[in-house]
Amino acid sequence: MLERQKMPLQDPKIRAANFDEVALGFTEKQAVEEAKRCIQCKKPSCMKGCPVEVKIPGFLKDVAEGDFDSAIKEIKTDNALPAVCGRVCPQETQCEQVCVLSKKGASVSIGRLERFVSDYERRKSVQVPEKPDPTGKKIAVVGGGPAGLTAAADLAKTGHSVTIFEALHEAGGVLIYGIPEFRLPKEIVRAEVGYVKKLGVTVLLDHVIGKIETVDDLLSEFDAVFLGTGAGLPVFMNIDGENLNGVYSANEFLTRVNLMKSYKFPDYDTPIKKGKHVVVVGGGNVAMDSARCALRLGADEVTIVYRRGEDEMPARAEEIEHAKEEGIIFRLLTNPVRIVGDGKNWVTHVECINMHLCEPDESGRCRPAPTPGTEHKIEADVVVIAIGTSPNPLVPRTTKGLEITKHGTIVAKENGETTKKGVYAGGDAITGSATVISAMGAGKKAARAIDEYVRGR
Amino acid sequence: MPFKILNNYELVPTIYLMNIAAPRIAKKALPGQFVILRIDEKGERIPLTIADFDRRNGSITMIFQAVGKTTMHLASMKAGDELLDFIGPLGNPAHIEKVGTVILVGGGVGVAPVFPQTRAFKEAGNKVISIIGARSANLLLWEDRMRKVSDELFITTDDGTKGHHGFVTDIVKKILESGTIVNRVVAIGPPVMMRAVAGVTRPFNVKTIVSLNSIMVDGTGMCGACRVLVGNETKFACVDGPEFDAHLVDFTLLMNRLAIYQPEEKTSLDKYKCEREGCKC
Ligand SMILES: Cc1cc2nc3c(=O)[nH]c(=O)nc-3n(C[C@H](O)[C@H](O)[C@H](O)COP(=O)(O)OP(=O)(O)OC[C@H]3O[C@@H](n4cnc5c(N)ncnc54)[C@H](O)[C@@H]3O)c2cc1C
Ligand SMILES: Cc1cc2nc3c(=O)[nH]c(=O)nc-3n(C[C@H](O)[C@H](O)[C@H](O)COP(=O)(O)OP(=O)(O)OC[C@H]3O[C@@H](n4cnc5c(N)ncnc54)[C@H](O)[C@@H]3O)c2cc1C
Ligand code: SF4
Ligand code: FES
Repeated sequence: MLERQKMPLQDPKIRAANFDEVALGFTEKQAVEEAKRCIQCKKPSCMKGCPVEVKIPGFLKDVAEGDFDSAIKEIKTDNALPAVCGRVCPQETQCEQVCVLSKKGASVSIGRLERFVSDYERRKSVQVPEKPDPTGKKIAVVGGGPAGLTAAADLAKTGHSVTIFEALHEAGGVLIYGIPEFRLPKEIVRAEVGYVKKLGVTVLLDHVIGKIETVDDLLSEFDAVFLGTGAGLPVFMNIDGENLNGVYSANEFLTRVNLMKSYKFPDYDTPIKKGKHVVVVGGGNVAMDSARCALRLGADEVTIVYRRGEDEMPARAEEIEHAKEEGIIFRLLTNPVRIVGDGKNWVTHVECINMHLCEPDESGRCRPAPTPGTEHKIEADVVVIAIGTSPNPLVPRTTKGLEITKHGTIVAKENGETTKKGVYAGGDAITGSATVISAMGAGKKAARAIDEYVRGR
Repeated sequence: MPFKILNNYELVPTIYLMNIAAPRIAKKALPGQFVILRIDEKGERIPLTIADFDRRNGSITMIFQAVGKTTMHLASMKAGDELLDFIGPLGNPAHIEKVGTVILVGGGVGVAPVFPQTRAFKEAGNKVISIIGARSANLLLWEDRMRKVSDELFITTDDGTKGHHGFVTDIVKKILESGTIVNRVVAIGPPVMMRAVAGVTRPFNVKTIVSLNSIMVDGTGMCGACRVLVGNETKFACVDGPEFDAHLVDFTLLMNRLAIYQPEEKTSLDKYKCEREGCKC
C-alpha cells in the first residue's frame, strides 16, 4: 500500500506568530499520488460517512487521472462549499473513519484532496451553472452561515428568487466570525459567498431579523422562510469572577479577532486585550481556536483547561495536534471553580480543581467529578470561556407559533419543517452547536422540502 | 449597502447631531432603541441611541459626543458621506405607559435619548417633569425641544451658568421631598449620574429606569461583551436592555467594565489625531 502523503505545514515556531494559514495544501503531484491510493471500492463505505454524500470515489478517480476540472464538478453537485469543508470537516470521524483503508493503516486523505481541487478551481476561475427559468417564488433565508448559504444556493439553482438576511456586516456565520484566518482564510469564505451570489442570491447584510423585520413580516412578502440562525448565544459557567475585566466569552474573543480584525489593531480600530498568561476553558474546536489566537496575539503562555481527558476532547484531532506543536499547554482533568481579580476588577488568576473520570454514563462519555483537596491557582490576565453556545432567542421570541425545546433549539422535523407554516429551519439552530457539514446537510434537506412546498402553493 | 449622511453639525461644543437615511430602520424604530454603526472597513462597531426618527422621510437622528477615535471621525463627516454599516433598531423599546407623574432626567449627551421618551410619556397622558443638566450653559442640549414636550422643565449646570447651580439629583430630591407623588423616574446620562439618581429615589421607593451604555460589539446577544449585573444576575444590555431597574443595577461593575480598553482607546485616538494632523510618528 502506498504511503499517505504528508500535508506541508508552516513551521510551528514561525506560525505561532502569524495569522497565515497553517496547512499549505498538497502540490499537484502529491494530490495525484494521494488519490491513487484509493482502491475504488465497489461499495464505497466512505460515502456513507459523508453527511451530504459527496461521490468520493468518483472525484478521487478524476484527481488520480489529473482531471481536476471534472473532480471539482463532481464534488460541487453535492457540496456548495468544498474549500471550506476540505479544511474544517472532522474527516477522521466521518468519511475517512469509514474508508476501508483506515482499517489497514491510513485512509485516503479525502478532505485534503477536496481542499486541493477547490483551491485549484478558485485559482483558475469558478464555473457558475446556467441560470434556470425563474419559478416566480420568493424565499427568505435568515442567517448567512453554512446552513443558510447551502439552502439559498440549492433554492436558487431550482429557479426561486432567494434573499439572505444576515445580522452581521459580513456573511459566512461562524466561518467568518469564529474560525480564525490561519485555519480558514476569509478570502476563501468570501469566494464561497461570492459563488452563492453568482447563483442569483441576494444577500442583505446588517439585517437583524426579529428587529428590523419579524419572521411574520417576511412571510407577508415571501412564499417561505428558512431559519439558519445558528447557535450563537455564549454560555458562561456561572462561577464567581466571570464579569471581571479580561474575561471573555469565546464568541467575543473570536469575533474581535476574526470579524473585527483586532489582531491588526491599531490599523483596525477594534481593540482586544493581549494577555501574557491566557487561560482558555474548554476542549472543542472553539477552545483550540481561542488558544491559538491568543498565542498569535503575543501571549507568553497559553493554557487550555479541560475537565475531561484528551480522548474526550471534541476538537478535530488535527487542531489538537497543531495546538500542541505550537506550544499550547494542556491541563486536562482540570476544571475552574472561580476566577479571581485584583480588587480593581481585573482578573489575576483562575482557581481550578483536579477532576477524575468515573464510569461512562448513558451518553457513553465519562462524567468527570472533582477530586477534593486539589484546588490550585493558574495565573491569568486573560481568560476565555469556550464551554459552548446555545441558540439565540431573538427569532423565537418574536415569532408567534414557532416552538422551541427547553434547550432553546427550534423544533423541526427531519426535512426542516417547523411548527409554523411556511417556516423551515436547519443547522445549529435546531441541533445546537454541531458541524459545518451537518448544517449544510440540513440546509440541503430543507431546500428540497421548501421547493416542494412552494411549488404546491 | 452604504448609508448616506443627510446632515451632520455641531449642536453645542463637542456634541453633534447627525441624520442618516435608513428608511427600513426608521419604519420600525421606537423610543429607547439604538443603532450600531461602522464607518468603514477598518472601523469599530459603536452603539448610539436613536434620538429621533422620521418615518415619512425615512431618517434616523443621532446625537453623539466626540470622545474618541470613532466619534471624532464621525464628527468630521459631511452631508453626502456614507457609513458602511448601520444596524438597528436594536434593544428593547422603552416601556411607555400612563402611570401618572413621570420625572425624566437627562445629563449631558443623555438629553438626546431622553427626548423621544419624554415626548412619548407626554403623549401617553402623563404629567411630565423634565430635568436636564450639563457642565455649563453652553453645553446644554435641546432645551427648546424638551420644553415643548414637558409640563415642567428644570435646568441644572455644574458651574451655575444657567438654572440651578448643582446637579440634576438636587432637583429630583427636592421634588420627591416636597411630597409630590411621582410614579416613575427615567434617568439617562453618565453612569455616575444614573447611580446618583438611583440613590436619591431608592428611599422614596419610586420605580427608576436607567439606560445602560456598556461596551458592545454585535448588539444581538452573540458576544456577551455588554454584560451587566442586575439584581445579581448577569444580563446582556443589548438584548435584555438597554433599560433596567436602576435600583438593581451594579453601577460599579458597569463603570469598571467601561474602562477595559482605556489604554487602547488612547493609542487609537493618538494615531488618528496624528494622521489627521499629518505628523510623522
Ligand atoms: C470557533 C468555532 C470553530 C469551529 N470549528 C469547526 C470545525 O473545525 N469543523 C466543523 O465542522 N465545525 C466547526 N464549528 C462548528 C460550525 O462552525 C457550526 O456548526 C456551523 O457554522 C453551523 O452553521 P449554521 O449555518 O447553522 O450557523 P452559523 O454558522 O452560526 O450561522 C448563523 C448565521 O445566522 C446569523 N443570524 C443569527 N441570528 C440572526 C437574526 N436574527 N437575523 C439575521 N441573521 C441572524 C448569524 O449572524 C450567523 O451569520 C466551529 C464553531 C466555532 C464557533
Ligand atoms: C446602547 C448605547 C447607546 C449609546 N448612545 C450614545 C449616544 O446616543 N450618544 C453618545 O454620544 N454616546 C452613546 N453611547 C456611547 C458611545 O457608544 C461611545 O461613546 C462610543 O462607542 C465611543 O467610541 P470612540 O471610538 O469615539 O471612543 P473610545 O475612545 O473608543 O471610547 C470612549 C469611551 O466610550 C466607551 N466605548 C468605547 N467603545 C465602545 C463600544 N464599542 N460600545 C459602547 N461603548 C464604547 C468606553 O467607555 C470608552 O471609554 C452609547 C452606548 C451604548 C452602549
Ligand atoms: S472507502 Fe476509501 S478506498 Fe474505498 S472508495 Fe472510499 S476513499 Fe476509496
Ligand atoms: S453586544 Fe454582544 S451580546 Fe451584547
